[in-house]
Amino acid sequence: MIRGLQLEMRQSYAFVARNFNLMKRYWGWEAVWLAYSIANSLSVTFIGAGAGEITGESQIDTNFLITYLLIGTLVWRFLASIFNNISEMIAWERWEGTIEYTFMAPVRRFNQMLGQTIFAVVYSLLFTIVIGVVIAAFFDLDFSDADLVSATVILLVGSVSFVGIGVVASILPLLYPERGAQMTNIVQAVFLLVSGVYYPVSVLPDWLQFLARLSPATYVLEGMRAALLPGTAEQAPTTYVWPLLLMGLVMLPLGVWLFQRAEHYTKRTGKLKRNG
Amino acid sequence: MKQIVSSTETAIIVNDVVKRFNAASEPWWWRLRGGRPAENGDHANGNGTIKARRGKELVTAVDHISFDVHRREIFGVLGPNGSGKSTLIRLLSTLLLPDAGTITIFGLDVVRDEMKVKRIINRVSVDAAFFKKLSPRENLLYGARLYGVSGREADRKAREILKRLGLRESSYNSPMEDMSRGMQQKVAIARAFLTQPVVLLLDEPTTGLDPRSKLEVEAFVNELRDVHGATIVITTHDMNEADSLCDRIAIVDDGKMVALDTPTGLKRMINRNGHEPSLEEVFMDLTGKELVEKDDLTDFELQKVLD
Ligand SMILES: Nc1ncnc2c1ncn2[C@@H]1O[C@H](COP(=O)(O)OP(=O)(O)OP(=O)(O)O)[C@@H](O)[C@H]1O
Ligand SMILES: [Mg+2]
Repeated sequence: MIRGLQLEMRQSYAFVARNFNLMKRYWGWEAVWLAYSIANSLSVTFIGAGAGEITGESQIDTNFLITYLLIGTLVWRFLASIFNNISEMIAWERWEGTIEYTFMAPVRRFNQMLGQTIFAVVYSLLFTIVIGVVIAAFFDLDFSDADLVSATVILLVGSVSFVGIGVVASILPLLYPERGAQMTNIVQAVFLLVSGVYYPVSVLPDWLQFLARLSPATYVLEGMRAALLPGTAEQAPTTYVWPLLLMGLVMLPLGVWLFQRAEHYTKRTGKLKRNG
Repeated sequence: MKQIVSSTETAIIVNDVVKRFNAASEPWWWRLRGGRPAENGDHANGNGTIKARRGKELVTAVDHISFDVHRREIFGVLGPNGSGKSTLIRLLSTLLLPDAGTITIFGLDVVRDEMKVKRIINRVSVDAAFFKKLSPRENLLYGARLYGVSGREADRKAREILKRLGLRESSYNSPMEDMSRGMQQKVAIARAFLTQPVVLLLDEPTTGLDPRSKLEVEAFVNELRDVHGATIVITTHDMNEADSLCDRIAIVDDGKMVALDTPTGLKRMINRNGHEPSLEEVFMDLTGKELVEKDDLTDFELQKVLD
């Protein structure tokens, strides 16, 4: 029993250590990606700073707008990073051809995903904090009224759903080695569009608003804004925890289950093989 | 891990196994709902004929193959390119699901008891797939941890194995992409040996190795069997290797088994009036891919060949 647990922990750790090593070996790319992300997020935040000049209105609360956009871009960076981390790993293993060895090992997919998730969450959190600290240095923002505990809870609960979505998205490169990785980018773009990252979802056409309600990111963003921009939200931040909890409980097991079905399919049709 | 293994003397039973590629089937989303593959591979879609997927050719890579491998046996599988050797190894290693027939390893069914089978096997394949930017150490520790071997133990054993295979110490911590193919192959061999498998599946493990390294791998394989009691299935295109290493050899051609015997037994099968044939001659004879002489053909046959 204890030995079994130790074995499973070691297996999950194998994925954490492997991903950490890959990050280290590809540190050049990491640095480029970080710089790109900072520039990207910063330029979005400057839209808030420039809102007064753009519209000619002097009444605009620019600090509010900046904070609004900052929350949007940081939450999106975090969730997208988790999504990418999980979904790209399978694409990566297909490129390297290591997937046969990973799939041949006596590892339950759940333990594999657990290891991936631990790495993805820690990595994404650190990545986002760095971006946030850099951007915050450019502006004079006041978070003294912010409810940081609720914000953290919402973010972490929300990330569970995104792990599930990432697992589902990783099925695409599993089934279609070449096109699959491209398709996961489309999935990500749709979430960016419908989840109200930089605007309230109420400005979207009805049919997109319907999709917005299905996206966990929508609830994370609304909840984070309710927690960090108090006095502006209609509902308490905690009301957003429940839909996220529910979605996480459905999406994660569903993701793992779908993944196992896809794995079964690849073993039946011989799609895992690269050569040899 | 050894306790899983029962005391039977038969390690592997391959029973009438069929594996086809490019067979038309229901769309995958139907499969996602949990549809089970048909039990009888000959009538997979009910009407007795199996169609190929559009634009593809139906390949029967393994065609009703049956054999047993004894415990602590080194069992060779020989055959021409594309005869189904690697497919057979993948079926044994749970990477492919058979369309028909069953495979058991120490009484465990490779499909039903997949996880238990995985614990006692490992495989080396001709393509040494690794994370190219990671070092052998990082790759091997990752692989070993998946089998529950601790990082420290894996590190110690990996150094020992690689040293014996003649891999330079300095290569151990630099990226795999800097290494030659043969060096990578040695790391691939270490990856499998590290987990001390009860059944070791070797798919052309020595292709690309220099003669000394080949001998070292052969010595390793023997040791794994003699000292650790492992059962080994090996494919190779090196007839001398097969001859000296294998207790018994199966020869497959076009997915079918054409012979199964000890090396000596195989040689006795073909008649070379007087002198003992080499295994290579046996191979040529049994796989029917004799070099076609132009003069042996009539004009009509020649035209057919050229078409
Ligand atoms: N995953 C796959 N998808 C489609 N066809 C495949 C797949 N794997 C093998 N095949 C086909 O099955 C046949 C047997 O291939 P296999 O790789 O088993 O041969 P082999 O005996 O290992 O050959 P070699 O000596 O060249 O390694 C070939 O015709 C090959 O094209
Ligand atoms: Mg092969």
